[in-house]
Amino acid sequence: MSFLDASHMTGGYGRGADIIKDCTITVEKGEIAVVVGPNGAGKSTAMKAVFGMLNLREGAVLLDGQDITDMAPQERVRVGMGFVPQVRNIFVSMTVEENLEMGAFIRDDDFQDTLGQVYDLFPVLRDKRNQPAGELSGGQRQQVAVGRALMTRPRLLMLDEPTAGVSPIVMDELFDRILEIARTGIAILMVEQNARQALEIADHGFVLVNGENRFTDTGKALLANPEVRRSFLGG
Amino acid sequence: MDILNALVLFANYVFVPATAYGAQLALGALGVTLIFGILRFANFAHGELMSFGTMAVILATWALQDMGVSLGPLPTALLALPFGIAVTVVFALLTDRYVFRFYRVKKSDPIIYAIASVGVMFVMAGLIRVIIGPDDQSFADGARFIITARDFKELTGLEEGLAIRVTQVITIIVALAVMAVLFWFLQRTRSGKAMRAYSDNEDLALLSGIDPDKVVRMAWIITAILATIAGTLYGLDKTYKPFIFQQILLPIFAAAILGGIGQPVGAILGGFVVAYSEVTITYAYKKFLAYLGPEGWAPEGLMQFLSTDYKFAVSFIILVAVLLVRPTGIIRGKVI
Repeated sequence: MSFLDASHMTGGYGRGADIIKDCTITVEKGEIAVVVGPNGAGKSTAMKAVFGMLNLREGAVLLDGQDITDMAPQERVRVGMGFVPQVRNIFVSMTVEENLEMGAFIRDDDFQDTLGQVYDLFPVLRDKRNQPAGELSGGQRQQVAVGRALMTRPRLLMLDEPTAGVSPIVMDELFDRILEIARTGIAILMVEQNARQALEIADHGFVLVNGENRFTDTGKALLANPEVRRSFLGG
Repeated sequence: MDILNALVLFANYVFVPATAYGAQLALGALGVTLIFGILRFANFAHGELMSFGTMAVILATWALQDMGVSLGPLPTALLALPFGIAVTVVFALLTDRYVFRFYRVKKSDPIIYAIASVGVMFVMAGLIRVIIGPDDQSFADGARFIITARDFKELTGLEEGLAIRVTQVITIIVALAVMAVLFWFLQRTRSGKAMRAYSDNEDLALLSGIDPDKVVRMAWIITAILATIAGTLYGLDKTYKPFIFQQILLPIFAAAILGGIGQPVGAILGGFVVAYSEVTITYAYKKFLAYLGPEGWAPEGLMQFLSTDYKFAVSFIILVAVLLVRPTGIIRGKVI
């Protein structure tokens, strides 16, 4: 079984209509899984379902064999999930270091090591540690957001469109960092608008359409698949 | 021209009283801004919370005085303060438990909280009148002056005297100490940072494992402490009048909004700006200008912008002007 095994998820917000139907997403340790698809395909919703921000009517979410389907998001953080929301994902009025400290809020042990690791991963944050995070550039803010989520030492890191609104150069750099994080053995689940670039670094890709799995394959295979290229990658 | 006498006159009637008043307003505004930052509503019951805290301090002061306890030259009320704070903290937490929590669970709009807080305000006002009565209470004891106007005149040989009351100095020292501790708490401690994080981005704070109930509880405790101290200092400086606290709500709100609501530094800034505006605008400058003009000359009329009866209008004008011109306040706060 996969490290994250979210299978047959069906559900929507509140009592509204189902947004995802029989949707399955899996991630292995140290691998990057990417969810792509057209606008309104339920990509972010699928990720929120994995994180427990959605009431599932059917399906189950298993992390490392443990059934976490009924856990609240906060509890999922404690069992090893890290989540980086797409927007409002930093504390703008607090310094970079305080943002990271808040990421480690649930930890009672000494987190200086992790802090050092985050600074090693994102050296620019070390230089700006005492600056309010709201004063940073878009790319740096995303680094703070990812760094904050890493402070709990998650086993699964979930990123909701981490490259939304950043320049192509910053995007490439961010993807490099994400690859680096995956190499440390963390499983990464990412929703991406920039499908082509994301699939290039992905071990596995999930193409969602109308809340359902349309294609599931390795990143390379999806990039090579003519139908996927034509429908979702612009030729 | 007699600049020295003019300055002493100004200090005596404007600068010293306004500084003490500003410190009291700042402490009040800090409480309002804190509740707004954490619970996201304008707490109209804050004035009555100050009144309640002061009442508790007065009752404890009387008890201490009956037992023959005194602080010598300092007011006994300072010794009674911890008791008053404890009672007020319990009261604030009970109010939250039985009134505001209901709306929190329902995720009500901020305006509904605000209206509920008006209800709390009236209930508290009634309760206070039942317990201590509607009359003025003077509870300042100990020495009255650090330096009297006469001593100052004899010391300096000037015509004008500068009187500094013990309560004014206590007000400023206590206010500064309280602010220092508050900022240390918010900036340096884990709990304080959690409060700031919650105020900044509630969803992300929850994601980070910050317990919202704890943050809310902490906000009420700090607010009750601030309110009791602010009310007691105000009561020591003037006298305790139960009805005054509904009026003082206006300058306090003006201060919080002027400074940028949700911003503690802004609340302090706003408190002093409102206090200085109020006092400078309602002060009669006749004598002051007479000192500055040629010998034997004095302006006709009082040279007063506004009668002191209208002092609350100053806060009101500031409030309206800020909301029109810069609704975020001096330090970019939240927009109501």
